[in-house]
Amino acid sequence: MAKKLNMRKRYELLTRGLGWEPTYQPKEKVFAQEAYEGIKITDWSKWEDPFRLTADAYWKYQAEKDKKLYAVMDSFAQNNAHLNLADASYVNALKLFIQGVSPLEYAAHRNFARLARQFSGEGAQIACQMQSIDELRHAQTQIHTISHYNKHFHGMHDPFHMFDRVWYLSVPKSYFDDASAAGPFEFITSVSFSFEYLLTNLLFVPFMSGAAYNGDMATVTFGFSAQSDESRHMTLGLEIIKFLLEQHEDNLPIVQGWIDKHFWRAYRLLGLVAMMQDYFLPESPMSWKEGWQIYFVENAGALFNDLARYGLRMPKYHEIATAEADHISHQVFGIFYNYIHAAAFNLGLPSEAKMNWLSEKYPDTFDKYYRPRMEMWAEMAKEGKRFFNMGLPQLCQVCQIPMGFTEIAKGEPMQVAYRVSEFRGDKFHTCSDGCKDIFDHEPEKYVNAWLPVHQIFQGNCGGATVPDVLAWYHFHPEDGGDYAGSADEARWKAMKGTAASSTAAAKTAPADAA
Amino acid sequence: MSLNIAAKEIKPLRLNYAHLARRMGEHKPATRYQEAVYDVQPTTNFHYPPSWDPSRKLYDTARTAIVMQDWYSFTDPRQFYYTSYVAARAKQQEIMESNFELVEKRHLLQSLPAELAEQLRQVLIPLRHYEYGANMNNQDICHRGYGTTITSLASFNGFDRIGMAQYLSRIALLLDENEETSLHAAKQAWLEAPTWQGLRHALEDSFVLDDWFEILVVQDVVMDGLLYPLIYEGFISQVAAQGGSAFLMLTQFMNEWNEENSRWTNQLLKVTASESAANAELLAQWTQTWLVRLEQAFMPIAQLAFGEQGAEQLATVKATLLARLAKQGIKV
Amino acid sequence: MSEHKVFMIFQNTADAQPFISAFAQENSAATLDYQPGMVRIEGLGELGITQAVVSELAGREVNLQELHLTLISLSGNIDEDDDYFRITRH
Repeated sequence: MAKKLNMRKRYELLTRGLGWEPTYQPKEKVFAQEAYEGIKITDWSKWEDPFRLTADAYWKYQAEKDKKLYAVMDSFAQNNAHLNLADASYVNALKLFIQGVSPLEYAAHRNFARLARQFSGEGAQIACQMQSIDELRHAQTQIHTISHYNKHFHGMHDPFHMFDRVWYLSVPKSYFDDASAAGPFEFITSVSFSFEYLLTNLLFVPFMSGAAYNGDMATVTFGFSAQSDESRHMTLGLEIIKFLLEQHEDNLPIVQGWIDKHFWRAYRLLGLVAMMQDYFLPESPMSWKEGWQIYFVENAGALFNDLARYGLRMPKYHEIATAEADHISHQVFGIFYNYIHAAAFNLGLPSEAKMNWLSEKYPDTFDKYYRPRMEMWAEMAKEGKRFFNMGLPQLCQVCQIPMGFTEIAKGEPMQVAYRVSEFRGDKFHTCSDGCKDIFDHEPEKYVNAWLPVHQIFQGNCGGATVPDVLAWYHFHPEDGGDYAGSADEARWKAMKGTAASSTAAAKTAPADAA
Repeated sequence: MSLNIAAKEIKPLRLNYAHLARRMGEHKPATRYQEAVYDVQPTTNFHYPPSWDPSRKLYDTARTAIVMQDWYSFTDPRQFYYTSYVAARAKQQEIMESNFELVEKRHLLQSLPAELAEQLRQVLIPLRHYEYGANMNNQDICHRGYGTTITSLASFNGFDRIGMAQYLSRIALLLDENEETSLHAAKQAWLEAPTWQGLRHALEDSFVLDDWFEILVVQDVVMDGLLYPLIYEGFISQVAAQGGSAFLMLTQFMNEWNEENSRWTNQLLKVTASESAANAELLAQWTQTWLVRLEQAFMPIAQLAFGEQGAEQLATVKATLLARLAKQGIKV
Repeated sequence: MSEHKVFMIFQNTADAQPFISAFAQENSAATLDYQPGMVRIEGLGELGITQAVVSELAGREVNLQELHLTLISLSGNIDEDDDYFRITRH
């Protein structure tokens, strides 16, 4: 009679011992990326598998998940279920998603394959390739889900062309290029830990719950379905950190530095999500600040308490991010409100009801700092003087968001923050101490940033005028501008039978940008 | 609520994403496969030079000597994107699961002649390490390759290898009634026995190749093109004839996999070779060089599997591979 | 102590129900928070389920890895085997 094997032992027998031990080629050539970051691994066999999912079980469960997902997608399209949305302004969240998030899923796919090639320990190697293939799933299911929306709304027609070019999409792109250009251990610390473990809940959970709240069943389904993979990814993120810290004490300062850096980098990127959550969703289940409290302050607090035994501390500037939770969504909204004529989504000033919701959720800041500004903008628009910033903004050399964040930690929330560094005789501007630290640590890396505004000035973006550049982005005139009076709004009214025509022209962009 | 659907605007604005419309026109809607793969990979305006390859960009056509006007000229005849891939594999794994169950429940290996069991341990089980090496190569192609139609298939291919290594491990456990003896012995043999050293050496040399397309040719065309027919067709047929027909079931996945997998590698070779004489020449040169070396490497393995008929079996397999290559426009 | 907080989030679907109910049943101190489309189960120090209870609730033999089908997120250290699954933080 064969002896019974439990899950752990069985998984170990099926996979362990596979790790390649080169003898014909030097190890440092076969696994060329394993050493150059200074990380010391003494024994890969100490790796604890985050989930013991064999390949065949993976195929089975993933196929089952996808069967459900595609059934929802098909019925959504068949029934034109976009008509059931709370409001078409909600779709703007999906625009930002397909333009800025789906390409990151794809990049993660390619880079986890790198780790699967470069890590010599089979436990980590297999976990990484499972994540690689999952990330491809996410990119592709998002393309497929949003494909239906692309047929009925504007701004989603050319997402991958846009991702490589558009000014605000250089924020997510440079974020991921940063990790992709780094060594494998920095990449995994950045993506699996600083992003997936610490912050991904903030992107997906409230966002998908928001989709459910706003009648978008297709997105709920892909989002939640992706999250079921994400739980595995988060576990990998935690395991890699524990593993690196247990392997060698010299790894601690390196890993801590990466966590500090990529926390800040990911946090800045999530500024876009903060705006999406507080300003795009017609019905919001949770404010950015509430999400931050639950998913960062509480959860990361517990996590780092757990990790303190390894000598790891909370990421540098986390307290600044928490202080900024009262401001960040409003500030990012303000930035985009000024430049919305040059975006491929629509934005509108919040309604009175929405402003009241914001006052309630942000009692310390919204009425004091941001409501007056919104009311002034509304007044100007009413007088036909809608404010658009026709200049090109100065971008932070690191996060690439237009300079507009303020000195919140210094108690001057109305004072825009600027930091300057010098490198090889040139001046480089950053938006915060967090971004400045990142620049100063590796200036030779960040001087290479493909900064969209610089590129426009250098004539690399289709021409010298705003319309030239927008055409080079493949934007259509109806893609951007205020939501009120937009082509999407007109179409939505026609869809709902509340207005006759779907061809009303958008008069939401300044005359000279049209 | 109004039920007058006709009054509402439900006519779509467009049928396709623009990058697909540029390829197939505005009026022909793209398939799920086309949506999933075409033009998804970034191509330009990268921010930072990769620390692991500073002289090239994050995605760069210069990582191979093969030149293509359009890296999306090749498409997968199976039209695999993630979901169609896992759906296909889920079906196969279900069959494999019931195969393993049947063999176990009916004690189908009990009547296996001891000598045959020993030969199976020696020939089949070390191949889990081959699959793992092949997996590493395909992960590399997925990362450094160019164009999603190719790189996503390398990802699937790599993942399949883990599945197959696990199936081989299960065969070892089945042969040993859950003892680890064969797994350890096979690793030892893989690392030290002269039979496997030619193949292991070739794999290690393929790991360090700079050109990802060459890796694809070496691994997925030449090595697989020799090994799969030799072992999973030839050897397993012989085992079946000698009283080990259960192994037809236990290696069903591998046998079907090779047939299915050749469909896309054939298509890729064909499209790449027909692009230019230079490409065809390069493919022929790579195939030629590696075929010479791998034929030698496989000789002791063929002898282990077929005894005196080893050389002949290998020659047949090689002739089949050459014919297959010739059909795709590669003259070796 | 909030430092020891652990959670599991599931889709609020029929498939997830046996898992959600098992967490509720086997962890008397756990709290369940229903949000649009999802359920968040929170506990201090530890949350766990056993295969026997999930199977009984489902009315069939459940493989605990099926929780991958409906899991949305979690926080804590995982400990799993064929007959149990738990997350801990002490």
